[in-house]
Amino acid sequence: MTAVGAKTPPQFSKADARKVARETRRNEALAHKRLTSPLATIFAVAIAFLWTIPTLGLLITSFRPGADSATTGWWTVFTNPDFTLGNYQAALTSGGTALTLGESFLNSLAITIPVTVFALAIASLAAYAFAWMDFKGRGLLFVAVFALQIVPIQMALVPLLSLFSRGLQIGEVQIFPGLEMRDVDHSFATVWIAHVIFAMPLAIFLLHNFISEIPSDVIEAARVDGAGHGQIFFRIILPLATPALASFAILEFIWVWNDLLVATIFAPTTSLPMTQTLNSLSGTWGNQWFLVSAGAFLVLFVPIIVFLALQRFFVRGLMAGATKG
Amino acid sequence: MSQTTTSAADQSEGTPPPERGGRKPPSRRTTRLVVTIGIILIAALLVFLLLSPPNPDARPVSLGVSYNSFFQWIGNLGPIVQIPIIILVFAAVVAILLVLIEFAPRQGTGYFWLRLISCFAIPFLAFMLLRPYQGAVIYVIAIALIAGGLLFWADYRASQGAGYVYQLTLFMAPAAIAILVGLIYPSIATIIQSFYDKTGENFVGMENYVWAFTNPQGFWSIINTLIWAIFAPIFATVVGLAYAAFMERARGERLLKVLVFMPFAIAPVSISLIWKFVYDYRQGEQIGILNAIVVAFGGEPVRWLDTWPLVNTFCLLFAFVWAQTGFAMVVLSAAMKAVPVEQLEAAQLDGTSAWQRFINVTVPGIRTSIVVVLTTVTIAALKLYDIVAVMTGGRSNSTVLGFEMVNQQQRFQSYGHAAALAVLIFVFVTPLIVYNVMQLRKQREVR
Repeated sequence: MTAVGAKTPPQFSKADARKVARETRRNEALAHKRLTSPLATIFAVAIAFLWTIPTLGLLITSFRPGADSATTGWWTVFTNPDFTLGNYQAALTSGGTALTLGESFLNSLAITIPVTVFALAIASLAAYAFAWMDFKGRGLLFVAVFALQIVPIQMALVPLLSLFSRGLQIGEVQIFPGLEMRDVDHSFATVWIAHVIFAMPLAIFLLHNFISEIPSDVIEAARVDGAGHGQIFFRIILPLATPALASFAILEFIWVWNDLLVATIFAPTTSLPMTQTLNSLSGTWGNQWFLVSAGAFLVLFVPIIVFLALQRFFVRGLMAGATKG
Repeated sequence: MSQTTTSAADQSEGTPPPERGGRKPPSRRTTRLVVTIGIILIAALLVFLLLSPPNPDARPVSLGVSYNSFFQWIGNLGPIVQIPIIILVFAAVVAILLVLIEFAPRQGTGYFWLRLISCFAIPFLAFMLLRPYQGAVIYVIAIALIAGGLLFWADYRASQGAGYVYQLTLFMAPAAIAILVGLIYPSIATIIQSFYDKTGENFVGMENYVWAFTNPQGFWSIINTLIWAIFAPIFATVVGLAYAAFMERARGERLLKVLVFMPFAIAPVSISLIWKFVYDYRQGEQIGILNAIVVAFGGEPVRWLDTWPLVNTFCLLFAFVWAQTGFAMVVLSAAMKAVPVEQLEAAQLDGTSAWQRFINVTVPGIRTSIVVVLTTVTIAALKLYDIVAVMTGGRSNSTVLGFEMVNQQQRFQSYGHAAALAVLIFVFVTPLIVYNVMQLRKQREVR
């Protein structure tokens, strides 16, 4: 139904288009209302309730004083409310000799933002060549890249790590030395590279799907006007594919932010992101749930904001990966 | 038929394709000959390099600047300052790439020289910035220059005209290098490693695999991984499908969707802690909701995460299913909206019940989406690491392959075992890869 608004030819005024879209939505809502059944609503709400309880429990605990949450269940808060923000402060600053969550928040940013940019740029270059340049074995190569998407990261971890630390050495012959990052304060190089590599197959596949959907007339026209592949890529593909690029960027951002495995293996101790810091802190905190709960919410706070704000893009990226795979 | 034979003959006799831009038609045979000789030369250089006497005192040769010195310099800055700097540097590199792609393929002497110089300079710089060791530097430079020369030659003689192969290479090179160095080479190395012992020096044949199937840690990680791979996708898909169906006919669809979808965006570390709290066990008053419910019904509290067999594995599995259901629901709900209303109405006119309509019309209509969800969740379950790592750390036989592999490597430094476990994950995932590739090919044929 909403496609009516989207397919409106450009000569329609924006106000008209908006009006049509609004009416469509209203009709849709009306039709939907007639279709609803109370029983379905009850079941759906029941599942949603079940799905929310675990998060709600920890969220409430994160605002309760430690003395309360250690002795009574979080549900008692409804009869005996008592809240504090102190847990968050304590969770942000406690770390002992290791990193605190506050410090590793900066590390998470310094890992996630560049990785998203790198993966997007490198993959869109390759995706463009796959979509719009003809060469022998293109189809086979593309299928190979797609298949790589499913190779478990665990397969690549150890050799890649030794490549970083010891360099390339075949048998007894040394060819390249490793990256010497031991004395560096905040080295993210290895994490950046590892994340970009592991993102590549899926990124190329998704972006290829988006980029190949751009109508070929547009590209032909540019070519007739004398634009080379560099200009076509930069001045036509990138602007037209921006929504698609954004949806991949959001997926990638959330995945990298949430990642634990790559960080565990590749990040030096001073450059650990929040997930890994929370993991080790939760071990030292043990049963101090007021700290653990606050820590858990500090880590999920950024991706949830991104997710809620940009949900439409997020779903779009996900669907492109799911329905065409 | 006759056409195919002539075109084959064309190629074998080196008859040029239609001329472009009045340039001298390139002969395919010479091009191929030169490329083959170049590749043989590179291979010979590699062999010489590997046979060269090892020199433990060799020092890296640096041009003064290297990736290493750059990463060290940037690594000593604050984390936030690093973000704009690295992005700017990266953007500059991409910009140079795009400028070369745009200008170098053009016709004219200037562009010819630009192409020629960049073909030699880029591989040379890329290798020299890695600081090859003294003994290897000559071979490395020779390989870089031959590779550059080959690229230039193949490009100059390409049937699509000079510059085409050059552009293609520049577009593909960054991703290709990342995939070759970061995925293909390490995967092969891991497979080789899995036949060697702990130190990686002695060949042990299948011993690591025998270990994986007989040692309790390896054995339970395999059994649990299979349990995960079977039950997690089924649970996530069934609940996601049911929820999508209810939601379709419920009020407040948008809010309902967000509530169940949100866990999918939560970091697995946080998911694990959320569920660890649900399963919390202690003496006296229970603060974990599951044990509180058990006690309220007069039962004894249970150590959920330490109760073996099956209980702890399924407790972990539910945390994973909880997160994946949102994904299943969103994909299936979108697919359901695409089921033609006419079919549902026709079924309704035939006097079918809502359940019959769902089973006989909706489910067959969204079959491909269901399969996609099942395979995606299965693959995620096979690779799973974080939930086990955070919730139990593999305690009480709750370990899975994805976790045990890292555990063997990090805690026991047992590289052979770790490699064998990684290869096992790969073996389990392979049928799904093959299936997905077949689906992809089918789709591409339809297009």
